[in-house]
Amino acid sequence: MAKPKVATTSLAGCFGCHMSLLDIDDRILKLVELIDFDKSPINDIKKFTGRCAVGLIEGGCCNEENVRVLQDFRNHCAILISVGDCATMGGIPALRNNIPLQECYDEAYKNGPSVHNPSGQIPNDPELPLLLDKVFPCHEVVKIDYHLPGCPPPADTLWEALVALLTDKPVDLPYTLIKYD
Amino acid sequence: MSTNGMKKITIEPVTRVEGHGKVTILLDEQNQVKQARLHIVEFRGFERFVQGRPYWEVPVLVERLCGICPVSHHLAAAKAMDWIVGGENLTPTAEKMRRLMHYGQMFQSHALHFFHLCSPDLLFGFDADVAIRNVIGVAAKYPALAVQGVMMRKYGQELIKATAGKKIHGTGAIPGGINKNLSIAERDGFLKDLDQMVEWSRSALKIAKDYTVAHLDTLASFGSFESSHLSLVRADGAMDLYHGNLKAIDAEGNSIFDQVDYQNYLDYIREEVRPWSYMKFPFITSLGPEKGWYRVGPLARLNTCTFIDTPEAEAARKEFMALTDGKPNNITMAYHWARMIELLHSIEKIKALLHDADLQGTDLVTKGNRRDEAVGLIEAPRGTLFHHYRVNKNDQIVMANLIVSTTNNNEPMNRAVELVARQHLSGVKITEGLLNRVEVAIRAYDPCLSCATHALGKMPLEMEILDAEGNVLDRKAR
Ligand code: SF4
Repeated sequence: MAKPKVATTSLAGCFGCHMSLLDIDDRILKLVELIDFDKSPINDIKKFTGRCAVGLIEGGCCNEENVRVLQDFRNHCAILISVGDCATMGGIPALRNNIPLQECYDEAYKNGPSVHNPSGQIPNDPELPLLLDKVFPCHEVVKIDYHLPGCPPPADTLWEALVALLTDKPVDLPYTLIKYD
Repeated sequence: MSTNGMKKITIEPVTRVEGHGKVTILLDEQNQVKQARLHIVEFRGFERFVQGRPYWEVPVLVERLCGICPVSHHLAAAKAMDWIVGGENLTPTAEKMRRLMHYGQMFQSHALHFFHLCSPDLLFGFDADVAIRNVIGVAAKYPALAVQGVMMRKYGQELIKATAGKKIHGTGAIPGGINKNLSIAERDGFLKDLDQMVEWSRSALKIAKDYTVAHLDTLASFGSFESSHLSLVRADGAMDLYHGNLKAIDAEGNSIFDQVDYQNYLDYIREEVRPWSYMKFPFITSLGPEKGWYRVGPLARLNTCTFIDTPEAEAARKEFMALTDGKPNNITMAYHWARMIELLHSIEKIKALLHDADLQGTDLVTKGNRRDEAVGLIEAPRGTLFHHYRVNKNDQIVMANLIVSTTNNNEPMNRAVELVARQHLSGVKITEGLLNRVEVAIRAYDPCLSCATHALGKMPLEMEILDAEGNVLDRKAR
């Protein structure tokens, strides 16, 4: 029987959640016995090759591109998991939610002490995806099946949750593996 | 989409670099490459939303810019906050714990980049099947090598955990010091595997060196160009990844400036805003935006330092510099070799630190006269990282300015992409070879686009060629 597929993506995250997944260290070799990685930043697969059993989402949605990718994951994955505080509740990037976007732009591209910007332009190009006015947690955009808290969730949390799901066992995380920080 | 009558090719996203990126190649009427652009498509707004937060929170807040090198941001911010609390002369225990954290970070980051991200290109060639050209492909074909990579990264991550409290987004560095020392038990755990790590670092260096030397004919011109180089160096000119003064040299090795106190960085560096990327373009002010751009990171550090203070890395440096007769090395693909020299240097430093009893000291924090403005710099794995803050009387941040390592390499990465496109694009057909080579050139810089945009992630690869009217001539997606 073909191995179940797992896809991962980083939206408005810092990639720390992906790094935490790599922190399962040599268990990654056991993991690839259990699963095949589909679309994911850790390989060169840039389009879904088929239906996936599990999708891991890092980061919330801060631009229209994030929304599009998240919907694509929902359409391709049987189980979708919000990994980490950014996906779960917006995280640090959501600190901008009570500040007008223009102020964020001005600070980075006009007011900063090292900025050289004679024309006063703010980056704006058809190649740059449109920012949303706020950073949204994933479950406000699509249905999310599970949430794994932590910034990032410890490697053991990711390992235990994934193995339980893939082997059809209940996800039963001990207290020490569930933390917000 | 047309830009001034030019045709355009888009590669999206660049995978196996750590972050979001998108490449467009603009063609002229004769279908020659007119210009290439690496667009950074993410924007976070950290500079603005840290305002109002208390200064002591900053080292744990800004590291969330980047989960790939959080230690660099953690330490650069802490170094600035040391200055704010007047505690910049750290106790020996605090300084050495932080150095151990930093070298642990350097070690794991360089190992990750080499084994997980680049080794597929080096082992399988630029034209290998996408299905195997990744770390899992490496694990299948060269299991011993893959295990080495995993275990080296683990060793670095464990060092970070022992010094910072957590492997990712630690809390160890606090304004004026550190919040723990290293226990004897922790130290002995690291000493046990040390020799193995040194051995593996030597062999990784050998792979990178042999590869570069064996392929020098093709690599020497691949995306390469002359440039200035910038890094921190120690007062005596030695490589120092944790602390030093700013030094910049031109492509020939002539000094542009040297031993500049980085508290005055604003007298030397500016960043240009361009409308098509969220990532700014830094330059040396005296040379202006056209000529003042420079490279940072392992290649730049090898070029700017006059020596390395650990014996094996110094011997490796001499060999490296001999390739270019002692002149700066401007070969883009030589980044890999330089990175592995630093890997060896880092483990030599870790070894010396682990044998230093100061790590078990108990004097952890110092304080002096409070200041309200400070700059903290560090040589992060990917290059010089600048943090600059102003704090008000209520201890709140009122200004934050961050120039991250990858931003410093913005112009060089764009140039590398343009050169590779010129060298490998023929007609208006998109080939896998072109896609891969553009990515290989970008990857040499180990860009952490997460940091640079204060974001990260990867998307499907798509490349398009459009004519002047915006009609799609060719499209390729993986
Ligand atoms: S939850 Fe934390 S580690 Fe994960 S992406 Fe967000 S900031 Fe990074």
